[in-house]
Amino acid sequence: MIRSLHRWPGLIAAAFLILLAVTGTALSVFPALETVTTSQASAQQNVAELAAMVQAQHPSVEQIKRAPTGKITAWWFDGNTAASAVVDPATGKDAGSTDPNRLEQWLINLHRSLFLNDNGRMVTAVAALSMLVLALSGALLVSRRVGGWRRWFARLRGPWEGRIHSEMARLAVPFLVISAVTALWMTASTFSLLPDDSAYASFPSQTSGQTGFDVAQMAGLQSLPVSQLRDLTFPAAGDATDVFTLTTDRGMGYLDQGTGAMLAWSDNGPWAQVGEWIYLLHTGQGAAIWGLLLGLMALSIPALAITGALSWAKARRGRPALRGMAAASKAQTLILVGSEGGSTWGFATTLAKNLQAAGQSVHMAALNSFAPERYRHAERIVVMTATWGEGTAPSSAKRALERLAEASPSVPMTVLGFGDSSFPDFCGFATSFETAARAKGWDLILPEQRIDRGSPQEFARWGQAFGAKIGLALELHHQPSAPKAQALSLLSRRDYGEAVQAPAAILRFALPKTSLWARLIGRGMRFQAGDLLGIVPQGARIPRYYSLASASANGFVEIVARKHPGGLCSGQLMALQPGDSVQAFLRPNPDFHPDRGTTPLILIGAGTGIGPLAGFIRSQGNRRPLHLWFGARHPDTDLFYGQELAEWSENGQLAGLTTAFSRSGKRHYVQDALRQDGEALRELIQLGARIMVCGGRDMATGVQQALTEVLAPLGLTAANLKSEGRYAEDVY
Amino acid sequence: MQMKSILSALAITTALITPAIAQAKTVTLATNLTQYGGNGAYLAYYLTDANGAYAGSLWMAGGKAKYYRHLSDWARMTGGNPAEVAGITGASIGSGQGGYLSLDISDALFDAGYTLHIDAAAEDMRESPSEIAVPLTSKGAGKPVQGSRYIADFTYSF
Repeated sequence: MIRSLHRWPGLIAAAFLILLAVTGTALSVFPALETVTTSQASAQQNVAELAAMVQAQHPSVEQIKRAPTGKITAWWFDGNTAASAVVDPATGKDAGSTDPNRLEQWLINLHRSLFLNDNGRMVTAVAALSMLVLALSGALLVSRRVGGWRRWFARLRGPWEGRIHSEMARLAVPFLVISAVTALWMTASTFSLLPDDSAYASFPSQTSGQTGFDVAQMAGLQSLPVSQLRDLTFPAAGDATDVFTLTTDRGMGYLDQGTGAMLAWSDNGPWAQVGEWIYLLHTGQGAAIWGLLLGLMALSIPALAITGALSWAKARRGRPALRGMAAASKAQTLILVGSEGGSTWGFATTLAKNLQAAGQSVHMAALNSFAPERYRHAERIVVMTATWGEGTAPSSAKRALERLAEASPSVPMTVLGFGDSSFPDFCGFATSFETAARAKGWDLILPEQRIDRGSPQEFARWGQAFGAKIGLALELHHQPSAPKAQALSLLSRRDYGEAVQAPAAILRFALPKTSLWARLIGRGMRFQAGDLLGIVPQGARIPRYYSLASASANGFVEIVARKHPGGLCSGQLMALQPGDSVQAFLRPNPDFHPDRGTTPLILIGAGTGIGPLAGFIRSQGNRRPLHLWFGARHPDTDLFYGQELAEWSENGQLAGLTTAFSRSGKRHYVQDALRQDGEALRELIQLGARIMVCGGRDMATGVQQALTEVLAPLGLTAANLKSEGRYAEDVY
Repeated sequence: MQMKSILSALAITTALITPAIAQAKTVTLATNLTQYGGNGAYLAYYLTDANGAYAGSLWMAGGKAKYYRHLSDWARMTGGNPAEVAGITGASIGSGQGGYLSLDISDALFDAGYTLHIDAAAEDMRESPSEIAVPLTSKGAGKPVQGSRYIADFTYSF
C-alpha cells in the first residue's frame, strides 16, 4: 500500500518534479547573489533618515521599496519621465538599475506556472502535492527498511539503486517536505483559498489638509528600522488630501503629510504572519544561506527519480507480477519467497494462481518482508525458499531469520524448501527457518517438505498434500520458465586435455548487441567476472551454470568448461565451433565479486575453477596485490590460461603464483600447496587479505581444512573469515 | 490582444446610468502598454464625477483580488472591495501588449464632467495610480492619451 503510494506518484510526477527541482535550484542562487551585491542598510538606520536622503536626491520621489534581500528601490519622476534606481541606503544615491533580471523572471514563471498562468500553477501544485506524498511515504518506507525511526541513519544494504535512493532520501526528505508544504501554501494563498488577513487600513477620511511636513521628522518613520520597511509611498504631488502610505513587516498605515501624524494603522493577522515565513522558507528571499541549502537539496530530486525508477524496473523484472494480488493485511494466504535467481518466484506464482482459482485471496512477497503482525486476515503462511551456498539465506530472505525471531507465532505456517540434493546441505536455509519457527512455537503444517532440483512432479505432489491439509483441491502444474535467453556466438576456443581424454576448453563468446535504450534501463548484458552464465542446452529446459571468466568491460563473454562423461550441456559446448551459438542468460552472483578494498586478495582455484579467478586478475589491474594458488592435473594438459598467468606474473598484475599438479611429479593438490605456503598466507591474512575460492566441492572442503590448519596459529578459522565476509566460495 | 464586449457593465456599477440601454453607445477602450519588462500588469478602469468622487468601475484587468490593493487610487476610493468589479474582470495585460475592451456606456456620462481613470501595477514593480486620467467627452474620443509608466497610450472611441 505505502509502496504503491510511493511508486505511482513518483513515476508519473517525475518529469515535472525534475523540472521544478532544477529551476528551483537555479532560483536559489539569486537571493544570495542579490544579498551579496547590494549594499545593506546599517542596523541603526531608520526609515525617516532613508526617506529624507532619497528625497534629497530625487525631490519627486513617489515610492521606496525594500526587498527581503535588503535591496532598496526608489521610483520618482524626472520631469514627465518615470525613473527608478536601486538606492545605496548609506548615501541615498543611485546604486544600480532596477531593470528586472530577465533570467530570474523567466525561471520564476517556469517554476511556478510553466508559463501557463493559473493552469500551470495548478499543475505545479499537483506536482508539489505528489512530492509531499512521495516524501512522507518514502520516509515510512525507509523507517520500515531500517527497522524504526530511531535507526533512521542506520547502514543500508541491498542493490545499489535502492541503497543510493534511500541514502539520499533520508538526508533530503525534511527539506523536500518543507519545499512542498510551502509551495502548496503559496499556491493556496494565490488562489485565495486561505483567509487573507494581511493588514489593510482604510484610507483616512480626515487629513490635516496641510502639506510639507519634513519626512525626516516623522516620528512614525524615525522609530522604524530600515530592516522592517517594505514600502513607503509618498503622497501624490499637489493632492493635499493624499497621505504617506507605509507598509512594514508587521502591517500598514497612513501618515499625514502636513503633520507627520500616524492617521491609521492595521496589523497583519496570523495567516499573513505565517505567510511571510512560508515565503521566506520557500524562496530564500531574506534567508540566502537557507535558500542555497534548500536549492542544493532539491538537486536530489533528479537523482531520486532516476534511482527510484531503476530500482522499480529491477524489482519488476526480478519477480513475476501476480494479477489480483491482495494486500498483506487482507490476504487469507501469505506466500513468502526466498529466492536468489528467481526460479522460486515461479513456483510461488503457480501456487498463488491455483489458490486464487480456488477462491482464496493471496499476497505474495519476499521472505524479507515477513511481518505476521500485519497479516490481519491470514489463515496460513506459506514460506517457499531456496538456499544459497551452504545453508545461507538467498537474497530475498537475508533478514528473514531476524524477522522471525522478533515476531510472535500466529496462524499455521508451512515451509517448502527448494534445493539440489547433490549438495551436502540440501535445503539448508529452509531447514534453519523451519527449525527456528518450531522453536518459537509456530504451528507447522506438513513439516520438512523439500523439492529437489525444481522437480515439477515433486511440486505437484506437495500441492496435493498441502491442498488436502487446507481443504482445497490444488493441481499444481508448474512449467519452469527459464530467464529469457539470448543467442551467444562463439568467437574462439582454446582446447586442453584432449591427449588425456579429459577435454576442456576456454570458450570465448561475442557480447550480444544491445540497443542504447536497453543498456540505459539496465537490460543490456552487464556483468563482472564471477557472475554466472546460464546455458540452456538444446533438448533441455533446465539451464546449467558456468562462472564467468570475463567482465562485460572486456568486450567478450568467457567461460572455462570441461566435458563431463554423458553431460548434455558440456557435450554440446565441447562441440561448438567458432560461429556456432548457444542460448544463454546472465545471473548476477554478487557474493562472489572481489570487494573494492586495496588489501591483498588470495585466489584459490582448481581445474576449471580458474575461470572467474583469471577474470579477477584481468580486471583488477595493479590496484591491489593478487596471489593465486592454482591446482591442475598436469602442466601439459589443463594449465588453463598458462600463457596469461606467465604474463601477469611478469608485468606485476599477479604478485604471487603457485601451481600444484596432481598428476605429475610430486602429485600435489592445491591444498598441499597452501599448507606449504602457510607462513606467506598468515602474513597476507594479517594484512587484511580476503580469500576467494572457486572449484569442485571436494577441493573446496579440502581448502577449508588446509586453511583452518594454516590459520590456527593466528586463532582464526575459515569459518571465522566467512562470517567476517573475508572468505567467499563459488563451488560446483 | 483581447476583445471584450460587456453589455451592461455600468448598469452593475452605478445608478447614474440611464436605464434605457438604447441611449448608450458602444465605446472601445484601447490600451497599449510599454515594454516595462515585468509580469502582466493589473489595470483598473473606473470613473470619477465632476467632484472627483468615485462613480463606478468599468473594467478590471487582473483576476486576483488580493492584488487589487496595489491599484491604489481605485483601492482608496472603493475600499479595495472586489464586489465593485464582480463580473467585469479579465486577464492582466503583458508587457508591450495591447488590450481592447468594448463597453456600452450611457450617453449621459459623456460631456458631464466625468473622468476616466486607469490605475496600473505589476508584480514587484511600482504602483501607478491614475496613470491615465482623461475627461470623458465626445470631443476627446479617438484622441490617444500618453501614459507615464506602464501605459504607452490609451484611446477611447465610439
